[in-house]
Amino acid sequence: MSTERGTPLVEMRDISIAFGGIKAVDHVSIDLHPGEVVGLLGHNGAGKSTLIKCLSGAYQMDTGEIFINGARAEIRNPRDARALNIETIYQTLALADNLDAASNLFLGRELVTPAGFVDDARMEAETRRIMGRLNPNFRKFKDPVKALSGGQRQSVAIARAVYFNARILIMDEPTAALGPQETQMVAELIEELKAQGLGIFLIEHDIHNVMKLCDRASVMKNGQLVGTVNVNEVTDEDILGMIILGKKPDGVAG
Amino acid sequence: MTQSANRQTQGAKRSLFQTLELDTRLLGMIGAFVLLCLVFNIVTDGRFLTPRNIFNLSIQTVSVAIMATGMVFVIVTRHIDLSVGALLATCSAVMGVFQVQLLPQALGLGIGHPLIAPVTMVAGMATGALIGAFNGWLVGYQRIPAFIVTLGGLLVWRNVGWYLTDGQTLGPLDSHFLLFGGIEGTLGATLSWIVGIAGAGFAVWVIWRARADKLGHEFPVKPAWAEVTLAGIASAAILGFIWILNSYEVPAARLRRAFEARGETMPEGHSEAFGLPVSVLLLLIVAVAMTIVARRTRLGGDIFATGGNPGAAQLSGINTRLLTVKVFALMGFLCGLSAIVAQARLANHTNDIGTLDELRVIAAAVIGGTALAGGIGTIYGAILGAVIMQSLQSGMAMVGVDAPFQNIVVGAVLVFAVWVDIQYRKRTGEKV
Repeated sequence: MSTERGTPLVEMRDISIAFGGIKAVDHVSIDLHPGEVVGLLGHNGAGKSTLIKCLSGAYQMDTGEIFINGARAEIRNPRDARALNIETIYQTLALADNLDAASNLFLGRELVTPAGFVDDARMEAETRRIMGRLNPNFRKFKDPVKALSGGQRQSVAIARAVYFNARILIMDEPTAALGPQETQMVAELIEELKAQGLGIFLIEHDIHNVMKLCDRASVMKNGQLVGTVNVNEVTDEDILGMIILGKKPDGVAG
Repeated sequence: MTQSANRQTQGAKRSLFQTLELDTRLLGMIGAFVLLCLVFNIVTDGRFLTPRNIFNLSIQTVSVAIMATGMVFVIVTRHIDLSVGALLATCSAVMGVFQVQLLPQALGLGIGHPLIAPVTMVAGMATGALIGAFNGWLVGYQRIPAFIVTLGGLLVWRNVGWYLTDGQTLGPLDSHFLLFGGIEGTLGATLSWIVGIAGAGFAVWVIWRARADKLGHEFPVKPAWAEVTLAGIASAAILGFIWILNSYEVPAARLRRAFEARGETMPEGHSEAFGLPVSVLLLLIVAVAMTIVARRTRLGGDIFATGGNPGAAQLSGINTRLLTVKVFALMGFLCGLSAIVAQARLANHTNDIGTLDELRVIAAAVIGGTALAGGIGTIYGAILGAVIMQSLQSGMAMVGVDAPFQNIVVGAVLVFAVWVDIQYRKRTGEKV
């Protein structure tokens, strides 16, 4: 199915990366199309986060190739990834606790006045604008983000990815620290971004979220790709079987 | 929602300080400083708070305070620099060699040539920036802990300074260079008032500008009377300081010598005030510049973000290694600048210049509220920390406290200040 839809937004071919003697990612290939959510599943230590960090520039792969819109891309560091409109929301949120929401939103990409000085007022205004859309209850614009709840922090992290017109979004367990209402908020946001044509890699442990949010699911075990399935052609038991047994169910096309 | 509702019900009860949006930490420090001055003033029978002693305190504080502003950035990025005193000695040695031997003799400019002072200063500051950048490279790119790099640097650079001068005291210094030392270079009454009025005007403009910015984006602002009060306090503080410095008159004997040197005789009843020392003006410029860097530039944003969460900063595309080089280079540059002031104040390069300054500088930054865990610190806090340390030391000397007790008290105050800070942060619910 995926092969019929033209050039993928992201294609990671034959990626390998080893730490010491351990092959964290072992010849894995995955792809992602515009307007699609691809779930990345597997036990802790299966290599999902490591694989995705090669795309976000946090790690450098040992071998393999990454194609963005069919063109070969060199991603050496997070700056390269950002330049390709790849935004990442990390499990650990990657916020600077001592700074307020606006400073975190514009971390490393501050808005400046014509004279070259940081434009705090405009940054706060932009933050208020985007938070009004993502999380209208958000009020703590002046406090350092360590004073915020898990959900509020998550909305700052998401706002950061969304604000800069990401085309490719990587979300590493975006709902892990959230309550049901906030989880719902994130789910709605994912639907909205998908409708806007973004491609989203979603690392997720909760199988119900995967069934609900993802179009396809790629399952990894011990650094290797078990397989990729269309979510609407399988049951949640099938996917759990792939995660636990490391085997693709019979009769399922990838 | 509950938060904003709470705020509204409490609105009527908001205290004066909250309305003024003043930093309570800063107020606490100023309170402690005022108390300290009053106690010393009583014990010394009013000798502590004289224009003369305040003048002396200001010029004694400058060297450490300049370096403390740089140390804020170093500590905010979770590093430390133990080599600033040694770096100051090396910069001072280079400048001593330049202005006493190299430029006037080897290059034949002759003593008193107007190029000597600027060339010497550029050489000193460039030396500091280069060595600082090298330290930063070792820390940032080679991943050697800053503690080790600068502990080694403490030995290396103090003795490089020694080697450059063979341990000799270098002097006399260039007459223009001496203007940066303090008492040899003051602006006089009129110029001091002009600087003071300009400074007060600048403070008012900054406050007004910030308010206009907020109004432009329709953010909530303080009531107008609060802004006016703040502007009034700032202007009064600046002009008051100038007034005190202008009250310190040049001793008659010194004036008479100055007149005689010009071949004139001093008219009867003539008097002159010292006014604002050039070195103190230099510190004020550094303070404003460093505050702008901290608050209004991307470099400052990167520094505080990296201190708060280095991993997040790196993932956000901040080049944290290069940032480390920049922070240490800036620290080194400020050591060079401090070396100008310290050397000019002593009127010589001496081999032991800047000894133990690293401890004073770190203590000033820490007393000023810079958190060793990183991410938190202010420039004005560090300068106030330096002023408090210097006041404590000079006050005790005036009172006649024995030398060992002076150091015991300073050490104890450092530990106590950090303890108070921890208690304060616990109460305000910050993570310690």
